[in-house]
Amino acid sequence: MDWGWIVDNRDLILELLIEHIWLSAIPVVIGLAVALVLGVLAHTYRWAYPPLLIVVGVLYTIPSLALFIVLPVVLGTQILNPLNIVIALTIYSGALLVRTVVDGLDAVPPAVRKAAEGLGYKRLTRIVTVELPIAIPVIVAGLRVVTVANISMVSVGALIGIGGLGELFTSGFQIRFVTEIIVGLVLSLLLAVTADLLLVFLQRKTTPWDRLGATA
Amino acid sequence: MIEFESVSKRFPDGTVAVDDVSLVAPQGKLTVLVGPSGCGKTTSLAMVNRLVDVTSGRILVDGKDVSQTDRVELRRGIGYVIQHSGLFPHRTVLDNVTTVPRLLGWDKTKTRERAYELIEMVGLSTEQAGRYPAQLSGGQQQRVGVARALASDPPVMLMDEPFSAVDPVVRSSLQDEFLRLQDQVGKTILFVTHDIDEAIKLGDKVAVFAEGGHLAQIDSPGDLLAAPADGFVASFVGRDRGYRRLQFLPSDGVGVRSAPTARIGDRALDGWTLAVDGDDRPLGWLAPGADSVSQDRLEPLGSTFTKTDSLRAALEAVLVSPAGLAVRLDDDGCVDGVVDHATLAEHHQASSETADSGQESR
Repeated sequence: MDWGWIVDNRDLILELLIEHIWLSAIPVVIGLAVALVLGVLAHTYRWAYPPLLIVVGVLYTIPSLALFIVLPVVLGTQILNPLNIVIALTIYSGALLVRTVVDGLDAVPPAVRKAAEGLGYKRLTRIVTVELPIAIPVIVAGLRVVTVANISMVSVGALIGIGGLGELFTSGFQIRFVTEIIVGLVLSLLLAVTADLLLVFLQRKTTPWDRLGATA
Repeated sequence: MIEFESVSKRFPDGTVAVDDVSLVAPQGKLTVLVGPSGCGKTTSLAMVNRLVDVTSGRILVDGKDVSQTDRVELRRGIGYVIQHSGLFPHRTVLDNVTTVPRLLGWDKTKTRERAYELIEMVGLSTEQAGRYPAQLSGGQQQRVGVARALASDPPVMLMDEPFSAVDPVVRSSLQDEFLRLQDQVGKTILFVTHDIDEAIKLGDKVAVFAEGGHLAQIDSPGDLLAAPADGFVASFVGRDRGYRRLQFLPSDGVGVRSAPTARIGDRALDGWTLAVDGDDRPLGWLAPGADSVSQDRLEPLGSTFTKTDSLRAALEAVLVSPAGLAVRLDDDGCVDGVVDHATLAEHHQASSETADSGQESR
């Protein structure tokens, strides 16, 4: 380990870390927003769900590297534009989360839905204020998978020149410099663990009711 | 008041869930819809708040055709309680109870005050207002469900097997409490159950549904037990309907005789002696053969009855009394007289004969 290199390059490392964070976080946020809309629609209009599942299944099987390279052609963006990575990861995040949102809404107890309907909730109000909050534990479970997957996939972007901490791997490999690779690896891992813990913390804060069953 | 006018429900696959049902659930009374599963009672209930739409016929709530009322508005004006409570798990007891007032945009302070009042009315403490449903027992959850249905003080309530999912002991106490509550609030209630005992206990009127969704009979519980309309109703209300019917016959005409009472320390009488205190309140029975009445030789009194109790309570008191004599008490709890089994039986026979002749003349 070359500790001196770390100290000398701390600004670069920090810059790559920050880039890595937003490259992986923005797709989760946008993907969740898209998945919520599509998931609620698929839950409401049941016939739309099977075809939607096929579409998101196909999207998810496209290899990430292929998507990174094809998107600039499709979108007309520069190959080094970070938007390519963000859009590619948004597609993956959204594709995974649609299923999660529908599963979460399906897990709402029928008696709860029936009561909400019978008490006079309008459909959209019912979904937003009753069903989605009850689906939070299931949705957060999906968010944790997607977030960690994104943090790992951002690094692949380094192969086309934009990849946050992944750039430490590519340049470390090119010059056979182990310290750089280890720094990239350790920070990626730490980032994934931190993000996961943050989501767990957020879930506990938003669903205080969810862990009470055992004590009742 | 809820009125069904020739209401039918046919599902697209051709099954008839409800077949030409006409009935009236009177103002301020509890009307029970009872029957085996698949007889259309739940569908009938669901058509009142339009969770299911009628195929033909009309349902009127307080004179207004429900099909002419906006669904959401209609539902907010009708209390709704279901099996398994259907409480919102992510909201506290207080927030569950205030659901409908909040949907209606009521004043927050007023809503909270009303909610606390209701939480106490259904037998929970205000400390439990901040709890989540998962922290309550099944019986407590049902109580919250009832409070939630009453929150906006709707004139009409629909209850779909509200007490079916709790154990029998809790169910019985929920029923008793609910009857007390209904005495206070006097709602027009349509109540669905598959349990005929629950129907007889709670209903001012009982509508028995038969398979195929047709209404077999609607009557007061006493009349239903006394005169089932057909074989189906007779078998559905059960074998011991004769005994259960006693509950709807008054005991005030029963001829009691004066009680063989004596105070502690007095000489015992021939036969069984009823020991009483200085105010003539009963203490217990003393078996024949003793010389004097002493506290430690008394056998338990068993149950007693009053003038306002039913014949069933009087008979029960005879059956559990060691002396074979039921003790009647007056309003102050003092011994008013005793009655034996033979006298009760004669009274019952006489009153049944008048009731039967009344039946025929109708």
